[in-house]
Amino acid sequence: MTPLLPMTPLLEVRDLAITFAPAARVVDGVDFRIMPGEVLGLVGESGSGKSVTLRALLRLLHGARVEGHVLWKGRDVLAMPDAELRAMRGRGMAAVFQEPTAALNPVLPIGLQIDESLAAHTDLSGAARRRRAIELLGEVGIADAARRLGAYPHELSGGQRQRAMIAIALAAGPELLLADEPTTALDVTIQDQILALLLRLVADRHMGLLLVTHDLGVVAETCDRMVVLYAGRVAEAGSVADLLRQPRHAYTDALLRSMPGEGEARTRLSPIPGMAPKLGRPLDACAFVPRCSYASPECSAHRPPMVAVEPRRLSACIAWNRLPARVAA
Amino acid sequence: MNRAGAIVGRIAQIIPTFFLIGVVVFVLARLLPGDAVSAMLGDRATDEAVRRITHQLGLDRSMVAQFLTFIGQAAQGHFGQSLAFRVPVASLISERLPVTLLLTLMATLIAMCMALPLAFVAAMNANRWPDILIRAVFQVGLSSPVFYVGLVLLTVFAAGLRLFPVGGYGEGLPAHLYHLFLPALTLALSFSAVIMRTLRGSILAVLRAEFVDFARAKGLSARVILLRHVLRSAAITTVTLVGLHIGSLLGGAVITESVFAVPGVGRLMVDSIFSRDYPVIQALTLVLAVLVSLTFLATDLLHGWLDPRAGV
Repeated sequence: MTPLLPMTPLLEVRDLAITFAPAARVVDGVDFRIMPGEVLGLVGESGSGKSVTLRALLRLLHGARVEGHVLWKGRDVLAMPDAELRAMRGRGMAAVFQEPTAALNPVLPIGLQIDESLAAHTDLSGAARRRRAIELLGEVGIADAARRLGAYPHELSGGQRQRAMIAIALAAGPELLLADEPTTALDVTIQDQILALLLRLVADRHMGLLLVTHDLGVVAETCDRMVVLYAGRVAEAGSVADLLRQPRHAYTDALLRSMPGEGEARTRLSPIPGMAPKLGRPLDACAFVPRCSYASPECSAHRPPMVAVEPRRLSACIAWNRLPARVAA
Repeated sequence: MNRAGAIVGRIAQIIPTFFLIGVVVFVLARLLPGDAVSAMLGDRATDEAVRRITHQLGLDRSMVAQFLTFIGQAAQGHFGQSLAFRVPVASLISERLPVTLLLTLMATLIAMCMALPLAFVAAMNANRWPDILIRAVFQVGLSSPVFYVGLVLLTVFAAGLRLFPVGGYGEGLPAHLYHLFLPALTLALSFSAVIMRTLRGSILAVLRAEFVDFARAKGLSARVILLRHVLRSAAITTVTLVGLHIGSLLGGAVITESVFAVPGVGRLMVDSIFSRDYPVIQALTLVLAVLVSLTFLATDLLHGWLDPRAGV
């Protein structure tokens, strides 16, 4: 492999559209890119299309039409032959899912579930794979790893299961880890440990990380840049620090207001009024209009274009320059 | 956690089951209208002859005494004399039982050979034409009565094409297999339909499971995913079903054995019931109950091996 040019993204998603039969467009024109070693947050509420997007990147969706381009180092995943796709899955991009209880096979020991990844992607002998599996379990912080190889998922705690799933995902040495709400199913104390673990692994291995979450707090702690999804479209994208300080999309603004902040005791939270829109045909308007306090007639007239409002800052909001800055903490 | 201990416990559970079955069998046999002596002597027998025979057979003793004798002998593997055949019950059963066991085994193997590959094909092509065709054919197999299927097979393959004998059991294992093929096929048709439908449903459910998506995300080959992740999980429900069904085949081959004149325990049971041959009815029921219990035990153990979450 030739070394990558510094500006070549690991993954570039262009105009991704996902439609479930008969006419439910759940992702509509999503673009983003991830550089080597970068941590990107994909943020949105339930139904915003963030998890579906993650699964589309690995071609894991059942019964969905996926259009657009998912470029892994310039190769389109959506058009890859099966053999190339298999080699890319796990070793190029690997995934960690939300529910380790569901994602781990309940009837196979953890050791085997690591081993089969190693067997699929490396030439290691059985004994070498066993040693590697023990190292991996140790690396994700599972104590007494050698004995844990024979454990079944139900014999581990929730946090250990999530660690085991991360170890499985890391087995083939992926360059990009896709993590779908990796902490949502866990206790708060365990959540922090898992996030710290992911960040340490990203730094140690110079791995990219795509973190799909609904939790802005998690994004603020872990990500370099973020992409905010609303109703299957990118609302805005930019660096986490900029975005939290000065939202450039009315949805992000509303999302930040609905969150409890630091040092703001007794201030009222303002939930976003209304409900996320139903799935259906793509709207020729901003999808956030019914719930937006900045909406103008122009917002309903056509779909707002994605505009570079600042260097490295994109927004699809007509009111982007009328939004207030957040009070600095 | 202690696997061996759990297995021993599971086996220990069977013993009281056997005792209860013994009670039920003893009572049921005596609740049958009519009695052995009039079945043997006919309705012109003198009172004197009836009294003599009744005494000879021990049927004039109290029910409790008869029951204790029965249980005591059964525990040692003695089942007494057949009232109708005048031979030891044990030899009667040991002659007939292997026939039924072989028939059940063949039916199960044939059913699995038909059902497993076709369930796979059907599940992989869910709701496309191969699936619809397979399900339609099996639906016919499932909804046809056993005696009718048996007669059709007899008419076509034995009487018409003369490929198989019309009945009997033959001498030696090759002849046994040859004679039992059509009856086994008859039993296998509906059995395989049940297995096929269950396994197809389980495979479809497992294919949608999150752990299968995770296995795909790891970059495993389709073969590994199918054989290791899908088949093993899908087999869990199917194994239980097959075990239950084998149990009912053991005792339920009566019709098939009659249609094909197979000298198995099913026919022995029917004959014994007609002649009120209490020792044979009791012994046969008990032996079948033991066999069914052992089948369920084997099923449980296999289930526990396939699914580590089940405590045996």
